[in-house]
Amino acid sequence: MIEITILSGKGGTGKTGITAAFASLAKNTVFADIDVDAPDLHLILKPEIKEENQFLGARIATINRQVCTNCGLCKKECRFDAIHYRAEGGLEINPFECEGCRLCERICPVQAISSEHSTNNHWYVSNTRFGTMLHAKMGPGEENSGKLVTTVRKNAKEKAREQNADFLLNDGPPGVGCSAIASLTGVDKVILVTEPSKSGFHDAVRLIELVQKFNIALYAVINKCDINSEITKQMESFFLTQGIQLLGKIPFDEDMVNAIVNQKSIIEYRPDSEIAGKIEEMWNKVTEPIKELK
Amino acid sequence: MSYKIAVCSGKGGTGKTTVAVNLFSTIQTKWTKNVQLIDCDVEEPNDLLFFKDAKVINRSIVNQLVPVIDESQCTFCRKCEEYCEFNAISIIPSVKYASVDPNMCHSCGACLHACRFGAIQEQQHPIGELTNYSRGNQTDILEGSLKIGSPMQTKIIKELKVNASDESDILIYDAPPGTSCPVVETVSVADFVILVTEPTPFGLYDLRLTVSLMKEMRKDFGIVVNKAGLGDREVYAYIKEEDIELLAEIPFNREYAGQYAQGKLLSDIPPLIEQEYLKLAIYLKNRMHHD
Repeated sequence: MIEITILSGKGGTGKTGITAAFASLAKNTVFADIDVDAPDLHLILKPEIKEENQFLGARIATINRQVCTNCGLCKKECRFDAIHYRAEGGLEINPFECEGCRLCERICPVQAISSEHSTNNHWYVSNTRFGTMLHAKMGPGEENSGKLVTTVRKNAKEKAREQNADFLLNDGPPGVGCSAIASLTGVDKVILVTEPSKSGFHDAVRLIELVQKFNIALYAVINKCDINSEITKQMESFFLTQGIQLLGKIPFDEDMVNAIVNQKSIIEYRPDSEIAGKIEEMWNKVTEPIKELK
Repeated sequence: MSYKIAVCSGKGGTGKTTVAVNLFSTIQTKWTKNVQLIDCDVEEPNDLLFFKDAKVINRSIVNQLVPVIDESQCTFCRKCEEYCEFNAISIIPSVKYASVDPNMCHSCGACLHACRFGAIQEQQHPIGELTNYSRGNQTDILEGSLKIGSPMQTKIIKELKVNASDESDILIYDAPPGTSCPVVETVSVADFVILVTEPTPFGLYDLRLTVSLMKEMRKDFGIVVNKAGLGDREVYAYIKEEDIELLAEIPFNREYAGQYAQGKLLSDIPPLIEQEYLKLAIYLKNRMHHD
């Protein structure tokens, strides 16, 4: 089983639209939406939930003011400035600032502090018209989206193995921080979906540096390539110098947006379009050498 | 005290940076010079790409404190490993092995309290940098940039907030995408939040998530619809139904998208778009006097 993650650095370059298109072409593949902060793949794949699981999020500490002596030790030691004196007296912990490190709980001389895991996160195993899909729903403002990404991936891998799937295709998050790192450690291939804008390029360069740190095979797709053909050329030669295989270029087409509005992948919405053909070529390029090896 | 405005969106690529940069420029030319733009999308900071005239006036490294275990003092009791909620410490007593993974460490200091043998000390570990840029005004633009491979984006946002200029009339925070801790960190100080969305099912779904975060954080907010004309009308129905203020509508313009691609956001702005930013600035000015 080959695990592939789609990433972009910059948001909004078209990761999910392209993942959905790949999904409609892929055979014997499990899908995972690991952009847990802002998941959108389900809007196209329309999963029918078969299994719901709770993910224990970061701990959040609270102070029992009946026991607290207001000594202020926790406030002094908290490195996240999450503990404050209330106007009406007594100490309180701001749940949005608490990192769940439990330092306060451990040092409180009168054991007035306790912590509980946040139970606001869930992950799901679902059926879709293209195959099994794993996805998650995170409570607003949660810590630890990286850990939730890891959990979804771990379970998606198990499902893929159970089903003897050829591929696991992950729709990843934007950025290069903890969620992006969690989405690529140990995968077989990363597909970078980028766009020819200065920001798209700048962010792609940062992502490439990250992927190269992990020594993962990297492929690139230039989406909306005709928005700026000069930057497209610059990107192409940059990929060449970095040894990154360009899978293809996709021109800007409002039909990509219209497909989403119709809750379809571009392959389903406009099967005979130029874009559909190009995306099919790309999917074959990524998957064919693997099939040959088998 | 500065009036603090955060520009946010759940979904990436809806136009946060476009709106933040244009708003900054509109405020600076039409309202007050004393405004600072703070790029809090530290994973992928892009604001600077649109200001070719900006010069670096100061750059500093952001460090986090990471524990170092002195194996000659360590008894391999594993207490620090137990205290570490982030799985950053591994101790293997049988082979007298103790190590800390700086990429997992949150610098909470719990391990220092765990160790009774004085075997743990902290060292500075670089996680990124802050840069001050000027375009003629000392406070112009502040940017945070995460070192590639570090997961400590929230810590850099904290540093940005500490280093933002108190003297500014207005601070504009360009937030990262998503709905988790880095967004919370950015928005927590804001007096008002602008949510940027696009009229597509993806834009709407992520907008809903962001609105519920704003409500939970008890923030005042309004919406800017970017790329108006693409997609469908569902987002407008939602805005109406939820009774949220629609602050501006920036029409999708293929030519302007090409200009954006080249980093030329602030020259030859189509009049219709310019007008929307002016409307947004006036709204904020009224809001600021009202608050």
